[in-house]
Amino acid sequence: MSAFTEALSDGAVVAKRNLIKVKRVPDLIVGSTLAPIMFVLLFAYVFGGSIAIPGLDYREFLMAGIFAQTVVFGASITGSGLAEDIKKGVIDRFRSLPMARSAVLIGRTTSDLVNNVIVIVVMSLTGLIVGWRIHSSPLEALAGFGLLLLFAYAVSWGMAIVGLMVRSPEVFNNASFIVIFPLTFIANTFVQESNLPGPLKTFAEWNPVSAVTAAARELFGNTNPMAPPADVWPLQHPVLMTLIWVVVFLVIFVPLAIRQYRKAVSR
Amino acid sequence: MARMADAIVAEGLVKRYKSVVALDGLDLVVPEGTVMGLLGPNGAGKTTTVRVLTTLLEHDEGTATVTGLDVIADAKELRRRIGLSGQYAAVDENLTGFENLDMVGRLYHLGKKRSRERARELLERFDLVEAGDREVKGYSGGMRRRLDLAGALVAKPRVLFLDEPTTGLDPRSRLGMWDVISELVAGGTTLLLTTQYLEEADRLADKIAVIDHGKVIALGTSNELKDQVGGERLELTLGSAQDAETAKAALTPLAIAEISRDERGHRLTVPVAGGAEVLVDGIRRLDAESVKVLDIGLRRPTLDDVFLSLTGHAAENDGADENAEEKQGEQGK
Repeated sequence: MSAFTEALSDGAVVAKRNLIKVKRVPDLIVGSTLAPIMFVLLFAYVFGGSIAIPGLDYREFLMAGIFAQTVVFGASITGSGLAEDIKKGVIDRFRSLPMARSAVLIGRTTSDLVNNVIVIVVMSLTGLIVGWRIHSSPLEALAGFGLLLLFAYAVSWGMAIVGLMVRSPEVFNNASFIVIFPLTFIANTFVQESNLPGPLKTFAEWNPVSAVTAAARELFGNTNPMAPPADVWPLQHPVLMTLIWVVVFLVIFVPLAIRQYRKAVSR
Repeated sequence: MARMADAIVAEGLVKRYKSVVALDGLDLVVPEGTVMGLLGPNGAGKTTTVRVLTTLLEHDEGTATVTGLDVIADAKELRRRIGLSGQYAAVDENLTGFENLDMVGRLYHLGKKRSRERARELLERFDLVEAGDREVKGYSGGMRRRLDLAGALVAKPRVLFLDEPTTGLDPRSRLGMWDVISELVAGGTTLLLTTQYLEEADRLADKIAVIDHGKVIALGTSNELKDQVGGERLELTLGSAQDAETAKAALTPLAIAEISRDERGHRLTVPVAGGAEVLVDGIRRLDAESVKVLDIGLRRPTLDDVFLSLTGHAAENDGADENAEEKQGEQGK
């Protein structure tokens, strides 16, 4: 077996193990979908009336943002899952086996990707119920979902590094919340970035979450054709920018995560 | 260089964490097919030693080989030949016992069919057949440990590492684990076992390395270590403290060193040589003086005594509660 196929087949064994857990502990998937559903309802019915998006129904605008936020939160499971495995000594066991060094991370990020697919399906149905519609071709729509998932997958590897470093699921959850919250709110997810004050506007314009949100909006056809073009390049070419972010994240995070894994031992 | 007959050879291992020296020039040789007990309190460096030898942690200085393979340079090949069962049962709560073992088999690259067969074999061997298809979260502590140990044996390793295999178990499960481990080593597996239970090392290990502050401070069989501390002694509890001086005078001819007396004056400890005859002689002498004795016995030093005399501190650190529990359990037998 070559090193690459070994990494993939070992990764599949680990992914299967994680997915059995998703199946047997339904609280996990319920937990990660319940909050986004509440967000959809909250923004659609409570805040939505007060946020005006010129030329576009707010619910159409909202869904791509909620998707982006949800998959980023979904990606954070990678970190808490690894931290928990370290804490329980499972990583020690894995590391004492003659398996590929990247396999636990490949398995973990893959099962979290599957988890995100499930969450996105549930979210889409909720969106359709509150009046969200896709106005593009099926292929573009698929590309939109694909891009969201790809972005989340790349973020997963970053979460893996943090999870392996902190080694405690509780600490990880607190730490990741502090980072994910501003990243997903100081963006174009729930409001137009052009309405934000100075520095926050700049942050939002260059925020990777804004790029993937804008890309999803574009691919779902949830944009106002009459709206003026965005001020900055990333949001003028959101699909390309998202792909660039994905590559940048993977190039940086994958080797760092593997390095951190090689050193990871439980206390 | 490692001789072929040595399964584990460590020379001058040093491992430093930021400010702490976890291993401070540790030397260890474990011949093939033998059981080495690493005995020491929490923080002595037992787990660090196991982690270095199982490739989980890279040491800073020194060399270590297991089955002739270097733990750093040949790490991957080495992992095929060893089995590790860590300090806490590293089994997956949400998987069944079978799924846990099957997964480990797959990750040892045994293939689908062989992994399944091996998982069933091990469930049978460790008395987990009935529980094998249930999720581990319903298992008792003892069952989890047995499953974890089974996981370490999936690939029939030549060298097995057990890091505190019974810590946290109740006395009954501990005895069960001891039986399982004894059976295993009777089959010729080389075993490195760490423990903070002196009784455990005494019972399972051919040789014991006492470690403290990251160094081996004494090495030998349990008997050799006990001899190092000194010979036997007569211990007696008197009915009345007033008899203490009489008893002391009566027993002085038998003592090979000074007789010590506890604070309340009820208990005397008499260092002796000569075994059971001395005991009989002692009882006769006390009887002749009409000293009332509640309890008398001949004791060999325990590993507790060994530890105390070697390190200047008792073995019980953080494990104090568990040790206390264990002793209670022993008395209850």
